[in-house]
Amino acid sequence: MAKLTIEDLKKLRDSAKQSTALREGETNVKITVHMGTCGIAAGAREVMDALLQEVTEAKRSDIRVVTSGCMGMCSSEPNVTVEISGKEPVIYQHMDRNRMRQVFKRHVLIGEVQTDFALARVK
Amino acid sequence: MDDESGRAVRELALHLLDIAENGINAGANLIEIKVGESFGDNLLRISVKDNGRGIPPELIEKVLDPFYTTRTTRRVGLGLSLIKEAARRCDGDFQLESKEGHGTEVKVSFRRDHIDLAPLGDVAGSMISLILGNPGIDFIYDHDVDGKRFRLDTREVKNELDGGDITHPEVIGFLRQFVLEGLAEIRQQ
Repeated sequence: MAKLTIEDLKKLRDSAKQSTALREGETNVKITVHMGTCGIAAGAREVMDALLQEVTEAKRSDIRVVTSGCMGMCSSEPNVTVEISGKEPVIYQHMDRNRMRQVFKRHVLIGEVQTDFALARVK
Repeated sequence: MDDESGRAVRELALHLLDIAENGINAGANLIEIKVGESFGDNLLRISVKDNGRGIPPELIEKVLDPFYTTRTTRRVGLGLSLIKEAARRCDGDFQLESKEGHGTEVKVSFRRDHIDLAPLGDVAGSMISLILGNPGIDFIYDHDVDGKRFRLDTREVKNELDGGDITHPEVIGFLRQFVLEGLAEIRQQ
C-alpha cells in the first residue's frame, strides 16, 4: 500500500463537505465525553475511541461527538452525556469501551436508556 | 496507591492529552505538541505549547500544587503536578513558561531508559481525541525520533478539505492511519 499523504485527503473532500452541510443543519444527537484529568486517567480516551468506531459504523451524520472538561463528579468518571433532541439528557458513569458500545447501540440508535450505567437524568 | 490512582501515568500520551486540554480551556486556538525521542542523549522530551490566555505570574507556583485548583479560570488542576512528579521520578526536568495574554508552554523531559518511565503509549489516539473534540482549534503534532520527523498540522488538513468537516468519520479514520504510518516510518531502524 502506498504511503498516505495529506494530499490524499482531497478524495474525502466531497463527503466531508456534505457532512459540514448536514452539521450546520440538523444535529439530532450530541454525545459528550468528559475529558478532564480525572476522565482521561479513568479511561475516557478509550471510551472516545470505541464511540468513534460506533459512529463510523452507524453512518449517521446527525450525531455529534464532542469533548468537555471535568464536571465535578470525578469519582464516577469516565462520564458520557447523551443528549437526543426532544429528550432529557442522560449522564452515564464508569464508562468503558463495552459500556460505550452498548449505550450507543441501545440508547442512541434505538432510544432505550441504559439505566444500569446511568448516573443521572438531567431535568 | 491503588489501581485507579496509578492509571493516570500509565501512558505519556495521556499526559499530552491532559495538558493540551488545559490549553483548550485557556481559550487557545493553536496547540503545538512535540515529542522528541533521542538515543544519543538518552532523553525523551515532550512539550505542549498553546496560545491561550496564559497563567498570571502569581499563579505559576500554585498551578503545580496538586491541592490547588481554581474552577473560575479552568487553567489548573492535578494534571501538571502529576507530570512534574513523573519527570522528577525519571531523572527528568519540568519547565512551565507562561505569559499572560500570549500562552503557555509546558516542557518535560525524562531519562529515556529509566525503569519508571511510562510508555509513550497511543499518541495517535490522543491526537485524534483532541482533533475530533475540538474541530475549531488547530493542532500541530511534531514527532522526532533521532532526527527522523513526522509532522501533522491540522491547518494543512483543513486546507485540503476546503471547508469539509474534519470530524467526518472517514477523515478521522484517515488521520489515525496517517499518524500511525508516519510514526511507524520514523521508528524504523
